[in-house]
Amino acid sequence: MLRIGYHDYEALRKHGEETYPHECCGVLLGKNVAKDENSLTPMNHVQHIVRAGNTRTDSAHNRYNIAPQELIKIQRQARGLGLDIIGFYHSHPDHPAQWSTTDFAEAHWLGCSYVITSVEHGKAATTNSFLLTGTEEDNKGFEDEPIEITIATHVTEEVTYNEKG
Amino acid sequence: MKIHIPTPLRSYTSGLETVSVPGATVDAVFQQLIVSYPDLKQHLFTAEGKLRSFVNVYLNDDDIRYLDAKQETTVTDTDELTIIPSIAGGKNNLTSKRDTTALQRMKEDEDADSN
Repeated sequence: MLRIGYHDYEALRKHGEETYPHECCGVLLGKNVAKDENSLTPMNHVQHIVRAGNTRTDSAHNRYNIAPQELIKIQRQARGLGLDIIGFYHSHPDHPAQWSTTDFAEAHWLGCSYVITSVEHGKAATTNSFLLTGTEEDNKGFEDEPIEITIATHVTEEVTYNEKG
Repeated sequence: MKIHIPTPLRSYTSGLETVSVPGATVDAVFQQLIVSYPDLKQHLFTAEGKLRSFVNVYLNDDDIRYLDAKQETTVTDTDELTIIPSIAGGKNNLTSKRDTTALQRMKEDEDADSN
């Protein structure tokens, strides 16, 4: 499961609208929670998102790439916040929010969440998350992952609902 | 020197985000890293011993592939190595029947808009 705050969820979708018709991309910072009282399966809990630049300016309408230098800066930022890189997001302009063969071939962060938002005619439509499972390149796979969106009602209190009901 | 480990590989370093490994060159540090954490080897190197193409290694802010001496570059205890797998992708081929259905729906919407 991916748990993400409403503000961050809307922000990553808006990013896809802003870069339309090009793909956007960014990094999810947070913590992987092996199990907690509310979840029987491992969960990636997003606590901060970071927008990244798409270096694929040659083909930005159907490709994205985050420069390693930028990733290193983001990893330092995460370390400073006491967080980890737990996933990534990108958009599919006028294309379903499903992983592509390119997404799969280029996915190497096992255990991390890959969030994809379809942006139809400039408006964010569906957002899906896929967990990269497996223990090595030869047995990796994408699994559909539920998204739980949390809404902060007070500074110290959160209520949750499951997007997929 | 310190080596920063990316999230997916921390299960092979006892959960550590940063490990300290001695060595006079990048290569020596890597060799020692593999001795200390042997399960990392297959994730960093091919069977031929070459760094996997999707694994980026930075010495401070420099990609070791572009250093003059590459992995033979000398290092000090205050230098830092960062291992960072690449992140890329993008839409292209459809992957499932669900995709086909969604794409068909988009085309139908476009047709309806144009009529």
